[in-house]
Amino acid sequence: MTYNFAAIVPELMLIIGEPILMLTASTMGRRATKITTWGTVALLIAATIAALVGTEPSSAGPLFGGLLSADPFAVYGKALIYLSAAVAIIAANSWFARDDEHGPEYPILILLATVGMSVMVSATNMITLYVGLELNSLSAYILASYRRTDARSAEAGLKYFVLGALASGILLYGISLLYGFTGSTQFSAIAAALGRDEAMGIGLLLGLVFTLSGLAFKISAVPFHMWTPDVYEGSPTPVTTFFASAPKVAAVLLATRVCIEALGPAIDAWRQIIIFAALASIFLGAIAAWGQTNIKRLLAYSSINNIGFVLIGLAAGGAAGVSAVLFYMAIYVVMTLGAFLVVLNLRNAAGEPVEAIDALKGLSSRRPGMAAALAVFMFSLAGIPPLFGFWPKLMVFNAAVEQGLFALAVAGILGTVVGAFYYLKIVKVMYFDEAEEELHYACGNLEAAFIGLFALIVSPLGYLLIGPIGSAADNAAGALF
Amino acid sequence: MITLGHYLGVAAILFVLGVLGIFLNRRNVILMLMAIELILLAVNINLVAFSAYLGDLTGQVFAMFVLTVAAAEAAIGLAILVIFFRRRGSIAVDDANRMRG
Repeated sequence: MTYNFAAIVPELMLIIGEPILMLTASTMGRRATKITTWGTVALLIAATIAALVGTEPSSAGPLFGGLLSADPFAVYGKALIYLSAAVAIIAANSWFARDDEHGPEYPILILLATVGMSVMVSATNMITLYVGLELNSLSAYILASYRRTDARSAEAGLKYFVLGALASGILLYGISLLYGFTGSTQFSAIAAALGRDEAMGIGLLLGLVFTLSGLAFKISAVPFHMWTPDVYEGSPTPVTTFFASAPKVAAVLLATRVCIEALGPAIDAWRQIIIFAALASIFLGAIAAWGQTNIKRLLAYSSINNIGFVLIGLAAGGAAGVSAVLFYMAIYVVMTLGAFLVVLNLRNAAGEPVEAIDALKGLSSRRPGMAAALAVFMFSLAGIPPLFGFWPKLMVFNAAVEQGLFALAVAGILGTVVGAFYYLKIVKVMYFDEAEEELHYACGNLEAAFIGLFALIVSPLGYLLIGPIGSAADNAAGALF
Repeated sequence: MITLGHYLGVAAILFVLGVLGIFLNRRNVILMLMAIELILLAVNINLVAFSAYLGDLTGQVFAMFVLTVAAAEAAIGLAILVIFFRRRGSIAVDDANRMRG
């Protein structure tokens, strides 16, 4: 067994930086908030560079006796996760500064969650998978209940904890069955054992179903989505911003790797499950969002809806399907972060954060730039053609059609139309309704720059990025086959 | 003679009891924490039984990891429960209703 530490430099940077920042925080107290915030952002950017630079082919194989892998798939995930976590930390800065509750431990918790996610996307063994997943989840439970003075935040944390722990239990039970009936926790060995058996035994099938159910919870796919709206609504908005971006990417990539690398030979068994989850997520996400009055809740249903489209790509399988999934996640993260950045900066006359959709009334006349940016993100999330959000949807449908899943693609396109309704409702509220109350919009320069950048990426100009992102996604998907 | 099947049966029963404990109990969040612990222990029985049956140590190593994580999980769960209790003055499950759903 060889220990190739050079291949895990990004993770090492993060876990060595974390205790240093933690000690700084504990000795300096509240004054350390600025140091930990920018220290974490710097660490994340450095880790991104290290991950992107350090991909020589020698490190692509299994590491540490097959526990981890630093293949292009993992690198793609890590770059996306680190960068979106950094944006989420920066976005929290001014929200909490006005709230007087921002502690130095906040970025450190995100840093810990990021290490967990990093392990999730690199795991090639069930044990590493579990440890990474739990490191991410445990930090996330704390983050959800971060506003100790807010009853909704505590409730969100409690709900997230109980349901998350249940999902971990279900996932573990599935893993234990897979281990028992295949004799290994190694993804490649599980795949080999599954490939040997012609007919799948009931034990293996149960293990597969339980494992997929646990993973479906983590990516908030229907029927395991029930925690999402409550947690999104109750958590402080910067935390919701974080939940909607990096952990989503990590969970989707983890599910993809498990399905392809470990359960690949049993594709006929899990494809039906994924197809069901995809269609149920698309339609439930679209229909349940109609009556929502809280914008965070609406964005939660939007994320459920979008995960459905991602699962279409996974159901298609093959290099094209996985590449579509990866591409989708990159664009999805940009759209969601953009939408949440706008929401983060909505304030009423008293300086309180507002979350009601009604508060957006007349935004176009008061803050035309922000209204236009939010409209771009909404149209893009809906997948309306000139915007970049249309392209990944096209890719997943394309992958499904290539695999002969015509009915799935048609149903998915139908779901896009149903879903467009509530995105358009937000645009209508912003542009055609009269404002009822004064809405303040104190947006920092850095946040405004991010909103502008993200709006530019999802605008038709983003199509220039198809080349680089597409080839990175193809390269990453190729690592799984 | 106790076979692998017996161990798996016990683990399955414990697992189902744990899941039911989370969904049927409306009184007390502490009971939910216990139910979660029950689920994780059911998994551990599974892992150790398979490990002995297969003559492979991985399952026992995995069980150690599960135990460690379960301890951390319980600590965080109780901490969140304390915050919740301070705000609401109750730990009844039905009181977690500030938000719909």
